[in-house]
Amino acid sequence: MLSNQIRQALLIAVGVLGLWAADTAHAQDDPHVFRGATIYTMSGDAIDSGALVIQNGEILDVGPAGAVDVPSGAVEVDASGQVIMPGLIDTHSHIGGVSGGDGSSPLHPGVRTIDGINVRNSGIMRARAGGITAVNVLSGSGHLMSGQTTHLKLRDGSTIDDLLLCYEDSDICGGMKMANGTTPQRDSGPFPGTRAKSAAEARALFLEAEAYRDQLNSDDPPDRDLGMEGLVEVLNGERIVHFHTHRHDDIMTALRLRDEFGFELVLHHVSEGWRVADEIAEAGVPASIITLDSPGGKHEAVNLYFRNGRVLDEAGVDVSYHTDDPITDSRLFLRSPAMGVRAGMDRTAALESVTIAGARQLGLEDRIGSLEPGKDADFILLSGDPLSTYTRVNETWVEGMRVFDRSNPDDNAFFTGGYRIFDGTMHHVHDINE
Amino acid sequence: MNNPTRNIRRSFSSVWIRCVGGVVAGMVAWMIMAAPLTAQIALRADTVHTMTGDPIINGVVLIEGSTIADVGPADAVTIPEGATVYEGTVITPGLVDPRGTVGLSGIYNVDSDQDQLDTTAPMQPELRAIDAYNPQEELVAFLRDQGITTVHTGHGPGALISGQTATFKTTGETVDDASLSDISALSMTLGPAATQRFSSPGTRAKGAAMLRDMFLQAERYRDTPEDERERNLSMEVLVQVLDGEIPAFIQAHRSHDIMTALRIADEFGFNLVLEGAAEAYLVTEEIAEAGISVVLHPPKIRPFGAAENAQLTTAATLHEAGIPVAIQSGYEAYVPKTRVVLFEAGVAAANGLPHEAALASITRTAADIIGQSDVIGTLEPGKHGDVVLYNGNPFEYVTSACTVVIEGEVVKEDGCP
Repeated sequence: MLSNQIRQALLIAVGVLGLWAADTAHAQDDPHVFRGATIYTMSGDAIDSGALVIQNGEILDVGPAGAVDVPSGAVEVDASGQVIMPGLIDTHSHIGGVSGGDGSSPLHPGVRTIDGINVRNSGIMRARAGGITAVNVLSGSGHLMSGQTTHLKLRDGSTIDDLLLCYEDSDICGGMKMANGTTPQRDSGPFPGTRAKSAAEARALFLEAEAYRDQLNSDDPPDRDLGMEGLVEVLNGERIVHFHTHRHDDIMTALRLRDEFGFELVLHHVSEGWRVADEIAEAGVPASIITLDSPGGKHEAVNLYFRNGRVLDEAGVDVSYHTDDPITDSRLFLRSPAMGVRAGMDRTAALESVTIAGARQLGLEDRIGSLEPGKDADFILLSGDPLSTYTRVNETWVEGMRVFDRSNPDDNAFFTGGYRIFDGTMHHVHDINE
Repeated sequence: MNNPTRNIRRSFSSVWIRCVGGVVAGMVAWMIMAAPLTAQIALRADTVHTMTGDPIINGVVLIEGSTIADVGPADAVTIPEGATVYEGTVITPGLVDPRGTVGLSGIYNVDSDQDQLDTTAPMQPELRAIDAYNPQEELVAFLRDQGITTVHTGHGPGALISGQTATFKTTGETVDDASLSDISALSMTLGPAATQRFSSPGTRAKGAAMLRDMFLQAERYRDTPEDERERNLSMEVLVQVLDGEIPAFIQAHRSHDIMTALRIADEFGFNLVLEGAAEAYLVTEEIAEAGISVVLHPPKIRPFGAAENAQLTTAATLHEAGIPVAIQSGYEAYVPKTRVVLFEAGVAAANGLPHEAALASITRTAADIIGQSDVIGTLEPGKHGDVVLYNGNPFEYVTSACTVVIEGEVVKEDGCP
C-alpha cells in the first residue's frame, strides 16, 4: 500500500513538473487576435471573416469579427485569406520511433510507450508540418496487447515530459493498445496461432485483471504488478483500449470482448467496418480508420475502400481518421478525410474526423478538438480549403505557441523533405522502399 | 482452355490460306467484332485536356470503334445520332502509369501472388513480364477504376537486372488481350536494393562491375555471327538494349547511384530511363546534360532507406530543368500495395509542378517515355479511344474519375458518388 502511495506521489510530482516545464517554455502572456480568416470552429457553422482570440495558451473567444471580446493590447494578426481550424488530432500514429513490447510475450499491459518515444525524432516535426497538434502514439500491432499508448501534445519541447498530454488531475496519459486478426499471430513461440486462441488469451488476461482489481479492494491487497495496474485502469474505464482490427469478424470479436469486460473501446483501422457498420453503431463504439491509396498489401486489407468512412458515418458511427504514420504520412493527414469525401462522406463529418471526433476518441474533447472559449489554443492556419490537394498548412499553433511556420525555410523543409532533413527512423515498416 | 478472342485473331491473320471453314469462321468472328467496332461514344466536358495544346473549353471527344474520331469544341464536333453521350467536368486522355509492378505483384501480398522479383540470381534479363502478368489481378481493376488505362509494368527493383517489362492496357482477360508491347524495357537496379538479397554483389562497385561485364558479354554475343553462336535468352535481350530497341529502366535513388547509371549508359551507349531518382534534385544538371528522361518515384514515397532524402518538389525541379518527367506507381512491398499515379501527380502539382506538366507526367510524357506516343497519351484522331471523364479537377482529393473508356469500351460508367 505504501509503495502505491509513493508511486502516486511521484507520478503526480512528475506530472506537475512536466506541466510547469511546459508552461514556462510556452508562456505567452500577450493576448493575440487572429482576424479575417474563415474559421471552422467544429462546434458550429464555419465563420466567414472571423476572429480568434487567445491568451496564455487558451482560447478566450472566437466568432464573427464584431462579436468577440478582444482584450486591450492584444497583438493583431492578419489572417485574411486563410482558413483557421482546430489543430488536427491523430488517433493512431507511430511517430517518435516508438517501441512497445518485445517478442517475449504477446501481452505487455505493463509496457509504457512513454519509455520508448524520442521526441527529437523528425516524425514529430513532420506531424507539426501536417497540422497535427495532438497525437495518440501507439506501439505496433504484432502483439495481442503491445503496451500503453501515449498522448502527446506537439509542444516545442525537448523531453517526453514537455509533450505529455494527460487527463486532468491524472497520471494517465494514454490508452492501451490491443490487436487481433493476423498481425499478432505467429507460427512459434508464446504467440497465438489462431483467432480463437488470441481471444482466449486476451480474455484470460482480463479475468486475471478482474481478480487483481477485486483483491486491491480487499483487506489483503496484492503485490504491485505493473501489467495488472494498467489493466485495472482499463477495467475502471480510465484507460481506453485502442484495438487494431481489420476483418469484419475480428471487429465483432473486439466488440464481444468489450461487452464481456466493459472497457472503453475504440476500434482502429476497421477496414471491413462497412460490412458491420450497423453493429458497430449499435454498440456505440467509435471507429478510428485509415485511408490507403489502394486495397491489399495484406489479406485483411483487401476490402479496404475509400467509402468506409462514409458508410460508417452514415450508420451513425463516430469516425476519426488516423495516419498510422508511417503507413500514411503525417504531412498529408488532411488528405485522409478528403479521400472520404471523394467517396461521398459528409464534408462536416470528414472535418470532424480529424478534430473533435479524434478528441472524443481519446477522451479529451473537453480540452481539444474544437475552437471554443476555455479550450487549448491549438489551431492551424491553412492556405485554403482544408480538403483541397493544393492547400498547405501555413502555421501550426499549440497552446498559444507557433510550432510550425511555413514561411521559415527550416520549418518548411520538414514538409517538403530534402537532403538529410529526416532522420530515417521510419522503422515501423520494413522494406517499404527498395 | 482455348481463348476465343485469340482464336479469332489467328483465323483473321491467315484467312487467305485457310479452307472454306476457316473463311466462314473468320466471317463469323468479323461479325462478332463488328458490333463494338461501329459503336460511337461522345464525351463532353467543360475542360478537355487534349495534351496537344491548350485545353479546349467545352469540348467533345468522339470515339468510333476503338479509336478517337474527332476532338474539338462542342460547336465544332458533330455528335452522330445514336452515339452514347457522357458528360462531366474534365476530360483527360487515359492515364498512363509509366512504371509499376502491378499484375506481377498482387493484392494479397503473399508468395503465390508476388512475381515481380526472382532472387535466384542477380542478373536475369531473360525473365519476361508477359510470362507473369495477371491481367485479371484485382489491383489492375482498381487502377482502371481510378482512370489508369495503360500500365508499363513488369519485373521490379531489387536485382541488378531483375527482368523485362511490358506494357498493358488495364483490360483484357489474357495477357495477349491486354498487351500493347510484350517487351518494353529491361529493369535494372543500382544501390542497396541490388546488393541486399544476393551473396554477390555485396557492394555498389561490385554491382557496377558485374553489370559492365554483362554488357561486354552482350557486345561479344552481338558481334558473333549467328551461325557461330548458340541462342542465349539473356544475351538476346541485352542486345536489344545495346541496339536501342528497348531502353534500360534503371532504378537509382541516391545521387551517386544515379551517376553510376549515367556512366554505364554512356559507356555502352544504351538508352537509359532513370527511375525512382529520389536524389535527382542533387544532380539535375548532370541528368539534363545526359538528355535522359526520369520516371520519378511517387512523390508520397516514404522518406526512408535509399529514398530518405526524397523531396516533394522534385518533379517541379526536374521539369524546370527541362528534363522530361513522368511519375510512376513504382513498387510497394506492403500497404498500399500499389500507388496510383493520378494521386501522385496531384501531390506533385500541389508542390510546384504546373498543372499541364503534372497531367503530362501521367499522359503524354509517360507515353513518350515508354515508347507508345503514337497510340496513347494524347487525345487526337486516330489514337486509341482511351478517355477519362472526371467530376472536377482530376488532382483534387475530393473529385474522381467517373467514366473510363479504353479503346472505345466503357470500363467504368458514371461511377462518381
